[in-house]
Amino acid sequence: MTGVAERAVGAPLVRRDGPLKVTGRAAYAYEQPVADPLYLFPIEATVARGRIVSIDAAAAEAADGVVVVLTHRNAARLAPDADPELRILQDDVIRFRNQFVGAVVAETSEAARYAAGLVRVEYEEAPHDVTFRADHPELYAPESVNAGIATDSVFGDVEMALAKAHRTIDHVYSTPLEHHNPMEPHTTVAAWHGEDGSGRLTLHDSNQGASTARSMLAPVLGIAPERVRVISPYVGGGFGSKAMPHAHVVLAVLAARLVGGRPVKFAMSRRQTFTQASHRSPQIQRVRLGADRDGRLTAIAHGSIAQTSRFKEFVEQTTFVTRSMYAAPNRSTTHRAVPSDVSVPGIFRAPGETPGFFALESAMDEMALACGIDPVEFRVRNEPEREPETGLPFSSRDYVACMREGARRFGWEGRDPAPGGTRAGEWLIGTGMAGCAYPAYFLRGGTQAAVEALPDGRYRVDIAAADIGTGAWTALAQVSADALGVPVEDVDMAIGDSALPPAAMAGGSMGMTFWGTAIIEAARVLRERFGERPEPGARVTATAPDNPHVGKVSMHAYGAHFAEVRVNADTGEVRVSRLLGMFDLGRVINPRTTRSQLIGGMIMGLSMALHEEGVRDPRFGHTVNCDLAQYHIAAHADVEDVDAIWLDGDDRYYNPMGAKGVGETGIVGAAAAIANAAHHATGIRVRDLPMTPEKFLR
Amino acid sequence: MEATITLRVDGEERPVSLDTRTSLLDALRERLGVNAPKKGCDHGQCGACTVLVDGRRVTSCLLLAVTQDGASVVTAAGLGAEAEGEPLRRAFLDHDGFQCGYCTPGQVCSAAGMLREARAGHASHVTADLSADEIPLDDAEIRERMSGNLCRCGAYPNILAAIREVAR
Ligand code: FES
Ligand code: FES
Repeated sequence: MTGVAERAVGAPLVRRDGPLKVTGRAAYAYEQPVADPLYLFPIEATVARGRIVSIDAAAAEAADGVVVVLTHRNAARLAPDADPELRILQDDVIRFRNQFVGAVVAETSEAARYAAGLVRVEYEEAPHDVTFRADHPELYAPESVNAGIATDSVFGDVEMALAKAHRTIDHVYSTPLEHHNPMEPHTTVAAWHGEDGSGRLTLHDSNQGASTARSMLAPVLGIAPERVRVISPYVGGGFGSKAMPHAHVVLAVLAARLVGGRPVKFAMSRRQTFTQASHRSPQIQRVRLGADRDGRLTAIAHGSIAQTSRFKEFVEQTTFVTRSMYAAPNRSTTHRAVPSDVSVPGIFRAPGETPGFFALESAMDEMALACGIDPVEFRVRNEPEREPETGLPFSSRDYVACMREGARRFGWEGRDPAPGGTRAGEWLIGTGMAGCAYPAYFLRGGTQAAVEALPDGRYRVDIAAADIGTGAWTALAQVSADALGVPVEDVDMAIGDSALPPAAMAGGSMGMTFWGTAIIEAARVLRERFGERPEPGARVTATAPDNPHVGKVSMHAYGAHFAEVRVNADTGEVRVSRLLGMFDLGRVINPRTTRSQLIGGMIMGLSMALHEEGVRDPRFGHTVNCDLAQYHIAAHADVEDVDAIWLDGDDRYYNPMGAKGVGETGIVGAAAAIANAAHHATGIRVRDLPMTPEKFLR
Repeated sequence: MEATITLRVDGEERPVSLDTRTSLLDALRERLGVNAPKKGCDHGQCGACTVLVDGRRVTSCLLLAVTQDGASVVTAAGLGAEAEGEPLRRAFLDHDGFQCGYCTPGQVCSAAGMLREARAGHASHVTADLSADEIPLDDAEIRERMSGNLCRCGAYPNILAAIREVAR
């Protein structure tokens, strides 16, 4: 970090927001103080496709405490070209089961909920289709996939290479419908101030970026962004599901339009979030690999099929990182989609890489076995010198070092590769590993930060960044302190408010890149203009400069997961006894919070591997198991020894901090390592997640 | 229908009039402005709403407030010395036993109730000696007994480390 004293960055500081969180005093969206609130309960469609014929709200309107019933008949008009997911209550069309068709607003949450049950909606039903399969007749190739990534890539001649290969594998892997389930359900408290049309809107909203929420909502409402303020200082997890506003925000905003300025509070129920908060689409992937006699890959073909919604397309970039991972002269990657009458899927922790690496790294394990080569050695043998499909040099790539050092710490050496070799009582024991990579996504420029001098040599840093559990409150203070050359205690942070300088959201593991870069720039300009002892009140707002290396070097975080699992020979129960991740993260800003993010990602990968599966009923079109008893996420008892460590690093191409992305890196590849270990334990290869017990009973 | 009850919340008498359909959790959050207990599911499935009622841990979303007239409710904000509130909160900070913090007040209250249960000899699914007067809390016991408190951020290893430290 040129010209910047390095003191706070790298220190394992305790979270600044910690004392508020362990006492329960941090005010999340629902808990922000507002005067005289009303409560909203939504009305959801009971058919998956069709038209509303009639709505009878008389009984609800007459019920005690009810203030108004909102439907498409009295909802304010939204912009005709608005995002289709957000353009709700504008017509009588039903596009998916549980779509919002209205809401009751009442003096208490009990009254709103009761009255919502009194509203009678009649539908004219139309045939719907929510089935997802590889041979679906409506399968199509999207123009591009998430993050604007090219749908396909082709190099050389994969078919020819596979025909000539010494060894080939060709397998289909599947990952199910998955739901984010942050512990804080998606919540908005909406209040309009001033007259209709000239009004201002305040939202206390649970999101991953106040600026993003504002810039996405204002055009939907047809008002200038300056008239929307989004306040979100504490957010109870997001994992992608709070990256963009969903329909529930608009529902609360439309309801608030009808109640003369009183704030309307809406926290979705857990069940509602399963439909409304986006989800990870189920996917079917085919991986074909060819290798020569020396275990060098001659062909890599990776195709994915995802389900998308019929009225708004979203397709994960599932095979994208396969383009940069291993060397092979002949390559192809594809993305295809099946449209369905379902709510819109969305980004979920490492969209693309998470399902993609389950397939790719399972296939690499299968090929290593087929070639008779140790899985680590097999990957090392296929390490590219430059990014295979672009020819770009890597900014830094310590993937091999992650595997070697991870193997050493895990005790990989001397492993007998033959499956089913170790048994302790009723438990079959195995070990497995998988690689991990997460690219740098430089999607949104323009992040700004302000630095202001306070009395007594203190500073305040303003930026509309978000802390969804990442530790941003603390890590940004560390970056600021070093940029200003002051002790970290002398920096006050203000984040989580769209009234602050606009910032990229916490997503794509790139929050710190944009935010830190803007803060360092603002600090530099402040010093340039006002020197080492600025007068209190001296203030500078600066924009993060664009990264000049984008498109010239290939930038990724890397890692390797090592897993030990035991599978019960009688019941098929799978337990993960140990999970160790070794990562290449560039420079680590706060080791304490970084380790937490990494193990959190790994545990989410464990949960994906063993437990998570949304079951969609083709007759009705909804997720049947839409609560936390039936959609199991890893609990304390599911998680044994999980740890994450990293190599010393500093990637000067990513950003001035030298830091790579962390938030998503930990989950990528974790499920494959567990599946590979389960295969080693049992000889049974499970290619369809989750690895529930019956899949091991043969 | 409305009813008036009095709750003792973190040591303070709090009379409140409420709809008889109101859960204890909503009474705390929506009527009394006591926001330490969180709502993660409203179905008794996540543990975010855990508080101590008359010294025992409960999921407050599953209790009707009117059935708790006169009860003493302790939240993560009010956990005192008798429940090892301060050492628990300190240990959660030191071990980074949370990320987003939304499950955390429930985890802290649950841990306090759990420590007391083990000391009183309450067995769990993994307890070997069912007749012991006091159950020693090894890692398996702590994990099992804390499994009603979900953490989607995956702070479990750090929560375990925090509770292990206080349990010793
Ligand atoms: S909110 Fe009570 S258990 Fe989830
Ligand atoms: S800290 Fe986020 S859910 Fe536990």
